[in-house]
Amino acid sequence: MVDMNVNLAAANKIEDPAFAAPVKLSVSDLTIRYGGTPALSGVNLEVRQHEIFGIIGPPNAGKTSFLKTLNRMDTFNTNMSVEGEILFNGLNVQNLKNIYALRSRIGVVFPLPVGLPLTIYENVALSPRLRGIKRKSELDVIVERCLSRAALWDEVKDRLDSLGSLLSGGQQQRLTIARALSQEPDLLMLDEFSIAVDPVTTMRIEDVLKELKHDMTIILVTNLVQQARRLADRTAFFLEGECVEVGVTEDLFTGEVQDQRTRDYVEGKFG
Amino acid sequence: MSAINPLNRSMTTDFDSRNMDWYIDKFVQFIVFVAGISAIIFIIGIFIFITMEGFGFLLEDFSFREFFLSPFWEPSDEDAPEYGILALVAGTASVTGLAMVVAIPFSLGAAIFIGEFASGKLREYLKVLVELLAAIPSVVWGFIGLSIMNPLIIDLFDVPVGLNVLNAGIILGLMAAPIMTSIAEDALKAVPDRYREAAEALGATRWQVIFKTVLPAAKNGLLGAVLLGVGRGFGETMAVLMATGHAVNIPGSLFDPVRALTATIAAELGETAVGSPHYQALFTIGIFLFIITFIINLTADLIVRGIRKG
Repeated sequence: MVDMNVNLAAANKIEDPAFAAPVKLSVSDLTIRYGGTPALSGVNLEVRQHEIFGIIGPPNAGKTSFLKTLNRMDTFNTNMSVEGEILFNGLNVQNLKNIYALRSRIGVVFPLPVGLPLTIYENVALSPRLRGIKRKSELDVIVERCLSRAALWDEVKDRLDSLGSLLSGGQQQRLTIARALSQEPDLLMLDEFSIAVDPVTTMRIEDVLKELKHDMTIILVTNLVQQARRLADRTAFFLEGECVEVGVTEDLFTGEVQDQRTRDYVEGKFG
Repeated sequence: MSAINPLNRSMTTDFDSRNMDWYIDKFVQFIVFVAGISAIIFIIGIFIFITMEGFGFLLEDFSFREFFLSPFWEPSDEDAPEYGILALVAGTASVTGLAMVVAIPFSLGAAIFIGEFASGKLREYLKVLVELLAAIPSVVWGFIGLSIMNPLIIDLFDVPVGLNVLNAGIILGLMAAPIMTSIAEDALKAVPDRYREAAEALGATRWQVIFKTVLPAAKNGLLGAVLLGVGRGFGETMAVLMATGHAVNIPGSLFDPVRALTATIAAELGETAVGSPHYQALFTIGIFLFIITFIINLTADLIVRGIRKG
C-alpha cells in the first residue's frame, strides 16, 4: 500500500509542462462503500488544472462512484458512504457548508443525455438563472455562447423554444454539455458521454473538449480506451474497485507500466 | 415413437375437440368482458334514467331563463312554483371554490413532502395515512362540520350561525385534499429521477429542483389532481348538506349559509311525488350535475393521460 503511494507520487511528478500546473483536485485514501462492501478503495490521485484527466476501466470498476463523490452527488444515495479526503481547490468537499455552490462550479455530463423537460433555451439558461442572472439580453449571450461552444448552436438556433427532450440523442448530449458550460464550471466531469452518441457526433464533442481544456479542468470517464488515448493528458486505470495505476496516458499504451494488468487492459486482453 | 410422444397422446384428434380448459377459458373471457363493459352500460343507463325522469319537466315547465337565471328555488309554492337553480349553482360553486383554496396548498404541499422529501418508513406511513383519510365517509366529515366547526366558527368570528360557506368549504377542502394529494404525488413520482439529479448537478437547491424542474414536468398531472378535486367538490352531497346551512341564497360573504345542487336533490327527492314537476325538476338538476362532473372528469382524465404520453 505504501509502495503504491510512492509509485503514484512518482507518476505524478513526471517532468512535463502539464504537470507543473497547480493541483485542482487531490484525492487521498478515498474509499466508497455501498452498505458494507467497498465499491472503490484506497484511491490516491491528483488532477491538475487545465488537463484532461482520463479514467478508464471495465464496468463496475468504481468510476461513476468516484465522480459522484467529487461533487457530492453521493447525498442521493443514503447507503453510500465515503471515507478519505477530497480536496477541490484545496477545500475538503466532505465538510463544505454549501454543497450547492460546489456543484454549481462542477459541470457533469451523464452517460445518457438528460434534456430537462424545458425548452432548449431554458435548459441552458437554468444555471445562470439559478445564479441570479435575470436580464434577457445577458442570458441570450450566455445561451448562444454555450451552445456554440458545444457545437450545437447552428443546429438549434432557429428552434430554441422547442423542448430539449425532443432533440436526437447526440444533440441532447451536446445540449447537456452546453448546460454544463453555462455553469462556467471550474471542473467538467464527463461520464461515458459517448455511450448514446453516434461516432460522428462523438468526434465533434471530442474536438470541443480539446478546446475546452484551455478554460477548465476536465475529468473524462470512459470505457473506450482509445478515446482516453486521443484526449487525456494523464489517465487512471480503475479495476474492480481499485485504482491500479495513474500515469501519463501515452505511457499506459507504449511506455513503462507499473502493473501488467494496465497493459493487458489497454491492449484489450480483458474487459 | 414413445420417446417423442411420451404421454402417447393422439397428435391429430386433439386439434379437433374442445376440452374443459377451452370452455373455462371462454367462460372466464365472457365474465371479464361483461365486467369490463359494465361501466359503459351503467353510465349510459344512468344517463338515460335521469334524462327520462327529468324529461317531462324539460318539455313542459322548463324555461331555460328561469332555470339557470332565477335565484328562486321555490318548488313547493302552490300558486307559482319557481325552479331557478342560480342560487344553488352559486352555493355549490362558492363552496367548491373555497374548498380548492383550502385543498390545493394542503395537497400540493403534502404531495411535495411525501414525494420529494420524506424517505423510507415515513413516506410509506404517510401514504397509507393519506389513503386512509380519503376513505373517511363523507357523513363523518359532515358531522365534524356540524359539531366541531359550527361552534368554532360561531366563537371565532362572532356570527350567529356557523353553518355556512366557510364551514362547508373547509370541510370539503379537507375531504378533497387526500385524493388530490394521492394523484399529485403520483404525478411527481412520474418525473424521472434523472431530471432531479441533472438539476442538482447544476447546483440547484432542493427547492429550486422542485420548483424549476419537477413541478413544470409534473404540471399536467397536478392540474388533473386539482380538476378531480373540483369534480369531487361538485358531486359531494352529504357533507355539504350538513355543513352549508342549506338555505337557498346567493352568498355575499363567507358567513352566509348556502345550498348546494346535490344537497337539494338529496333533501327533497324523498318528499316529492314521483312524476310531479318538482320531482322532474330535481332530475333536471341531476342531468346538469351529471354533465358538469362528466366534463370535469373527462378533462382531468385527458390531461393526466397527456403526461403519460409526453
